[in-house]
Amino acid sequence: MADVLAILPQQLVFGLALGTVYGLVALGYTMVYGILFMINFAHGEIFMIGAYVGWWVLALLLQAQAGALHPAWVLPLMLLPAMLFTGALGVGLERFAYRPLYLRGATRLGPLISAIGASIFLQNAVMLTQGARMKVYMTSLLFPRDWRIQIAGASVSALVIVMVAVAGLMMWGLHLLVQRTTLGRSIRAVAEDREMAAIMGVNVRRVIALTFFMGSALGGAGGVLVGLYYTQIDFFMGYSAGLKAFTAAVLGGIGNIRGAMLGGLILGLVESLAVTFMNPAYKDVVAFVLLILVLVIRPTGLLGESVAARAKV
Amino acid sequence: MLKLTDVDTHYGPLPVLKSVSLEVRVGEIVCLLGGNASGKSTTMKTILGVVRPTAGRVEFEGDRIDGLATEVIARRGISLVPEARRIFARMTVWENLSMGAFTRQKAPAGEVAQDFERVWTLFPRLKERQHQLGGTLSGGEQQMLAIGRALMARPRLLLMDEPSMGLAPVLVDQVFDIIRAINGQGTTILVVEQNAPVALSIATRGYVLQNGRIVIHDTARILLATDYVRRAYLGED
Ligand SMILES: Nc1ncnc2c1ncn2[C@@H]1O[C@H](COP(=O)(O)OP(=O)(O)O)[C@@H](O)[C@H]1O
Ligand SMILES: [Mg+2]
Repeated sequence: MADVLAILPQQLVFGLALGTVYGLVALGYTMVYGILFMINFAHGEIFMIGAYVGWWVLALLLQAQAGALHPAWVLPLMLLPAMLFTGALGVGLERFAYRPLYLRGATRLGPLISAIGASIFLQNAVMLTQGARMKVYMTSLLFPRDWRIQIAGASVSALVIVMVAVAGLMMWGLHLLVQRTTLGRSIRAVAEDREMAAIMGVNVRRVIALTFFMGSALGGAGGVLVGLYYTQIDFFMGYSAGLKAFTAAVLGGIGNIRGAMLGGLILGLVESLAVTFMNPAYKDVVAFVLLILVLVIRPTGLLGESVAARAKV
Repeated sequence: MLKLTDVDTHYGPLPVLKSVSLEVRVGEIVCLLGGNASGKSTTMKTILGVVRPTAGRVEFEGDRIDGLATEVIARRGISLVPEARRIFARMTVWENLSMGAFTRQKAPAGEVAQDFERVWTLFPRLKERQHQLGGTLSGGEQQMLAIGRALMARPRLLLMDEPSMGLAPVLVDQVFDIIRAINGQGTTILVVEQNAPVALSIATRGYVLQNGRIVIHDTARILLATDYVRRAYLGED
């Protein structure tokens, strides 16, 4: 038991780091759901592709310059293209894989199946172009292993601090954007009543596309951070990460932005506790047990409203 | 200002509006009467492009607007107080009003602030509750908010779909006073009502819609005196 308590602070730090990234990726699910009532099952692949773009940038920089790479400029250089690329990819998915279906109305099943199709398509596209073997992030060249500090008995690496800071800043920025700006208000208006939003003069299609852009870009950023953290990426990594982030979104209350952040944090912490007190093999099981419990006990999630109350009159 | 000519509108295969023609002139209050499901709300939706007419034309200030996207029509200066209010329940009163002014982001600074003042003056209760979520307001307050939100667009034509529905009698009078005041300040109004006597008492002209067809149109005074209208819509035998 003493051993377990000794590694607890360390595990909590890991949980916090992963939790903020889960939250970041969960935002993509929750924003799209909030506005279209649709689960974008291809979001995990968007996350994965973000990790690949970041890997490519890092690889190119390493090729060009064998000398010291400082994260202060390399990290933005990895994040920016990854976010732009995945953001554009999200907009493309919405335009060509979902919009033709949801505009025709009727069921929610159509876009959902299309999303699963898009997910398989993207996995295979990456496998065919990038190869099936995993790629290795040269994280240690960017964040040397001895960049770490001691906090309350835990050894915290610079990378973890940067992950939490970057993910936290992005979530905070999104929160401000959605709550305080005209664009944010128009996103919320479209989520609540698309027809009335149009009558107010909002270009609904553009707002939906922008929502996909932002959600996907955050997912892409999450991919880069997770790539740096786990140092190995492959074309299939979006599957389980996507499910985790989706769990986080449901846990917090899908459609609710603060809920996604909270759900991510809780999931990260619960997972790290599970690893501490149980056989680490149960780590993924814990996440899905949590998902099932939430769906059974509180289907609206921690901060969610009942879907019935949000349905259009 | 607004002119519908032989407009047909369908929901899928179901015909709802059948060769509807009506006109609203600058400065008027025109009243659209009709029983349940006669197509009044559909007329409003057709004007705003929420549903597309399958035949006929809709013109606003001389330009054809049928076929334009709803947000484009809104930007031309038409706004709506919808049936059942449909305020944004999860936004504050202030945010709802600010959504109303969405088309005016390029307006000179101060102009929108002035319009907030105008709404606060019309509806002091809304000012007290400006930080409250729309969904927490009472029905009457929500109706005030729906009217305020539409005014924030500074529309030249204001469409109102049953603004008195579900309101206590005192509030009904208040709403109609406000409609008259808004019209006095220069906004042209097309109002749908079930409450014909009150509506006709403030309107210039009226149309009666039945089963998707305009069956009567005349000045409000004559409609108030017409036997048919009295029997059908004023509840007199
Ligand atoms: N979205 C819709 N889809 C199908 N039918 C509709 C829809 N909206 C209205 N209708 C039908 O169109 C007819 C006219 O409705 P509406 O214009 O709302 O009438 P009113 O406002 O005069 O009560 C009704 O028969 C109604 O059932
Ligand atoms: Mg109606």
